[in-house]
Amino acid sequence: MTLQQVEAELLSLFLRGLDGDARAYHAFLKRMSGHLRAFIGRRLFGWPDDVEDLVQECLLAMHHQRHTYQRGQPLTAWVHAIARYKLIDVLRAKSGREALHEPLDDELEVFASSDHEASDARRDLDGLLEALPDKQRLPIRMVKLEGLSVAETARATGLSESAVKVGIHRGLKALAARLRTAS
Amino acid sequence: MKTDQLLDLLAADTRVVAPNAAARRLALAVLVGLPVSVAIVAWDYGFRHDLAQVARAPMFWVKLLFPLLLAMAAFVGAQRLARPGVPAGRPVALGLALPVLAVWTLALVAWWLAPAVERPALLWGQTWRSCAFSIGFIALPVLVSSMLALKTLAPTRPGWAGAAAGALAGGAGAAVYALHCPELTAPFLAVWYVLGMALPTVVGALVGIRCLRW
Repeated sequence: MTLQQVEAELLSLFLRGLDGDARAYHAFLKRMSGHLRAFIGRRLFGWPDDVEDLVQECLLAMHHQRHTYQRGQPLTAWVHAIARYKLIDVLRAKSGREALHEPLDDELEVFASSDHEASDARRDLDGLLEALPDKQRLPIRMVKLEGLSVAETARATGLSESAVKVGIHRGLKALAARLRTAS
Repeated sequence: MKTDQLLDLLAADTRVVAPNAAARRLALAVLVGLPVSVAIVAWDYGFRHDLAQVARAPMFWVKLLFPLLLAMAAFVGAQRLARPGVPAGRPVALGLALPVLAVWTLALVAWWLAPAVERPALLWGQTWRSCAFSIGFIALPVLVSSMLALKTLAPTRPGWAGAAAGALAGGAGAAVYALHCPELTAPFLAVWYVLGMALPTVVGALVGIRCLRW
């Protein structure tokens, strides 16, 4: 598959996600995580343990900032800018400015390779989630651990579907905020 | 947490996302901030009593349109810089530079044409001491509201995005202040209005570097 085809397919999945199609959005995130893992892995080769953390952070950032993607803009540019922004943060924290000497302007490479062998994340996102209020923690746990859908979670917890969605939404927001203050 | 579990969570948070969020949120910020700026001038400063007559003077329109053009260019720049992977762009840079260059040219011409004894009055007017600070103060509501809007977006260069929001606020503030300001000379505009708009721009950049990270 050429890079253009990869981008076209990802874009179509992403746009359907922006229109509310959860299945397409999940497929987009799944494929994006592979590309991010390969892209970040190459640049963080000195710190393999941090790769999965950064993949997760980029996915969270893309999710919370998906309204800043403007239809018509190249998806590569948007994804690369977010991954680069988060990568620079990490590199800066690790080694001062030295690591920045390596250019990060290889925008076209984001979708060039993919790696679906996820290593374990080191950061304790679960610990952060445990600290959330019940209304957010319960739906998140059901969806996360048992892979239930929103409707199934609503049935299992006795909450309404919209309450489950709001809980997950707020929980993810709180998670992103905590990651920001922790890093 | 496994990344696959995170994917399930993120997909469970799928919702319809409205397009053009950056431009809409910044426009809303201007709609919220600008009336406050107008109110400050109306109550604290007072509009010129001779607006009807002075509206016939071309310099009055230069004084009004100059900051408005800058504000428009800065708006476009801010909503672009708020989106990852989008540079401010050459049209924005030109949109900011050309009005300033035009007013500076106008000021130099007026300066050279004026007899030497009248030149200081062209530059200092009666209000040079307060002009820049007044513009900065009147720009404050738009500065705050547009920084809050940027906070919900994703500027990958927070300093530049903050500066663009500051220039937007400065341009809006100066245009509102022009309805009070008694000065009508190009050299005055070229120095004190430009300084007044630079003030929120610098503040925006400094605040942006600290507060717009995400």
